[in-house]
Amino acid sequence: MLSTVEKEQIEHEIRQVPVKKAACIEALKIVQEHRRWVSDEGIQDVADILEMSPAEVDSVATFYNLIFRQPVGRHIILLCDSISCYVMGLNALHEELVSILGIKYGQTTEDGRFTLLPNPCLGTCDHAPALMVDHDLYRDLRPESIANILEKYT
Amino acid sequence: MERPLTQHITFPPLGLRQYEAVGGYQAARKAIRHMQPQEVTALVKDSNMKGRGGAGFSTGMKWSFVPMNVQGPKYLICNADEMEPGTFKDRWLLEGNPHQLIEGMIVAAYAIQATESFVFMRWAYKVAAEEIRKAIQEAYDAGYLGKNILGTGYSLEMHLHTGVGRYMCGEETALLNSLEGKRATPRSKPPFPQVSGLFGKPTIVNNVETLCYIPHIVNKGADWFQKLSLTADGGTKIYGVSGHVKNPGAWELPMGITLRELIEEHAGGMQDGYRFRGVLPGGASTDFLVEEHMDIQLDFAGVAAAGSRLGTGTMIVLDDQTCPVGFVHNLEHFFAQESCGFCTPCREGLPWTEKLLWAIEQGRGRMEDLELLESQTRLLGPGNTFCALAPGAMEPLQSALKYFREDFERHIKEEGCPYNHHHHHLHSTGHEHLHR
Repeated sequence: MLSTVEKEQIEHEIRQVPVKKAACIEALKIVQEHRRWVSDEGIQDVADILEMSPAEVDSVATFYNLIFRQPVGRHIILLCDSISCYVMGLNALHEELVSILGIKYGQTTEDGRFTLLPNPCLGTCDHAPALMVDHDLYRDLRPESIANILEKYT
Repeated sequence: MERPLTQHITFPPLGLRQYEAVGGYQAARKAIRHMQPQEVTALVKDSNMKGRGGAGFSTGMKWSFVPMNVQGPKYLICNADEMEPGTFKDRWLLEGNPHQLIEGMIVAAYAIQATESFVFMRWAYKVAAEEIRKAIQEAYDAGYLGKNILGTGYSLEMHLHTGVGRYMCGEETALLNSLEGKRATPRSKPPFPQVSGLFGKPTIVNNVETLCYIPHIVNKGADWFQKLSLTADGGTKIYGVSGHVKNPGAWELPMGITLRELIEEHAGGMQDGYRFRGVLPGGASTDFLVEEHMDIQLDFAGVAAAGSRLGTGTMIVLDDQTCPVGFVHNLEHFFAQESCGFCTPCREGLPWTEKLLWAIEQGRGRMEDLELLESQTRLLGPGNTFCALAPGAMEPLQSALKYFREDFERHIKEEGCPYNHHHHHLHSTGHEHLHR
C-alpha cells in the first residue's frame, strides 16, 4: 500500500499532466525513492493509483535502466562502461571493484551495503574513467583510489 | 575570437541578476515585446542555424513546420538527455550557464507560441538538474516565466523532467513517449512532432546547445552568426576530445576548424607513447575518420564528405595501444543493450553483431565472420530499421572494417587479441539481472 507521503507526491505529479498514465515514470521514481526498489507490490500500488494494469506499469518499469525491480544495496555504484572510459582504463577499475566487493555486475554485497552496476556513458568523458556512487560523481579515477571512495559510504 | 555560448560560463553559474547584468534576458525582452513570433522563426532560419544535437537539421526550418493558427496547447522541449557515448558538451552549458538555456527556451517557445516547456534531462546530471531547477524558479520569480510574461499577455510554463536512463530517450519521438510516461520507443513519422507531438499537440524538440544559441542570434542577428564560422554552416561549435590525448576537454571554436587543429592544438596531441589511429568525430554512432582526414574542416558538410557525420562534435580518439576490435565491441555492446527492442532487425541484429565481435576479440573468430559483419552493416543500415539507432551503430563498425581490417584478420589468424590489455567481460550486465 502506498504511504501517505508517497500518495501525496504521486497525486502532485498527476496534477501536472493531462492524463493519469503520464505520471507513470514519476510514480515509479517516487516509490523507488522511498523503498529503494520497486517490488511487485510497488507495481500494483502504482497501477492502482494511476488506473493502469500492473502489466502495463511493469512494461514501463522494466524498460528503464534505473528503475530497479530487484532489491538493491544501500548504495548504488554505477561504473561507466562506455567507450571513453573503456579506452582510459575501465577494465582495471572494474577488476579493482570486483576484488574489493567480491561481487559481479548486478549483485549486492552480503552486508547489503553496495550494488554494482554498469552504466552507459556518464557524460564526463574528458575526465574518464568515471563512476557514480549514489548522487556523487568521481572522475579521473585510478584503481588505487577506489578503496578510499567506498569508505565514505556505510 | 568571440565565444558567445561559453563566455559567461562560471562555476557556480551566474544567478539571474548577474546574468541580466551581462546582457541576459535582453533577447527574451526584445523577442516577446518587439517581434512577431514568425519574425523570430524567420531570423533563426536566415541564420542557417543547424541543430547541434547530432542530425544537423535547420532549426528555423523545424520551427516553421509548427501550425500557428491552431488553438490549444503547444510544447517546446529541450533535449538534455545527452546519452551519446563520448559526449559531454551539454553538461558544460547546463551546469555553467543555466539562464542562457532558459532564455533560449523562452524565445523558442515564443516563436512557436508554445504554452508549456520541458527540460528533459538524464538521470546522471545531478548538478545540472539542481542548477536548472534553481534557475527556472528565479525566472518565474522575475516574471520571465508564468502568466503574462513582461506584461505582454504571453504565458509560458516550464518544467524539469529527470529521466531514468535509456539511450533511446534521445530520439525525439521516443523522448515524447517517455514524457508521456511510456516506454521510450520511437513513433512512426509522419506525422512529425511539429504537427503531432507530446500528447498529440504541436511540439518542437531542440538540443541544449541549439537553444543556448537562440538569445545570441536574436541579439546580434543572422549575419553576425554566419560570420563566426569559417564555413557555410554558421556559428561557433562546442567541440570535445576524449581518449589518450594530452589535454582532453571541450572548447567553443569557430565552426569548420580542421581536425588537425582540434586534436593537435586544443587537445594537445597524443600522450607520450601513444600514436593516433582514428577518431569518432561525433559520438559513438559516427564513422571513423583516420590520419588522411586530418585536414578536413569540421562542419556538417566537411565531415559528411569524408564519409562520416559531425554528430555531436565530441570526438573519441582511438590510439595504437587500444584494440580496434575491442573498441568496436564496446560500442556494439552499448547499442545492443540500448536497443528498445521494438523492431526486429535492431533487437536481433545488434546482439548478433556484438557476439560476432566478441568471438573475434577472444580468438574464436573465422574469416567468414568478417563477411557476416559486413552484411550486418547493410541489413541494419538506413531504411531497414524503424529509427536511426541501428544504422548509427553500424557506422563505426563499417568504417572499422574498412580502416582497421588487418586488426580483425590478425585476431582471427592468431586466435586471440594481439593487444596487451585485459578483456572486460561485458556479457552479463547488471540491468538484465535486476529486471529478471
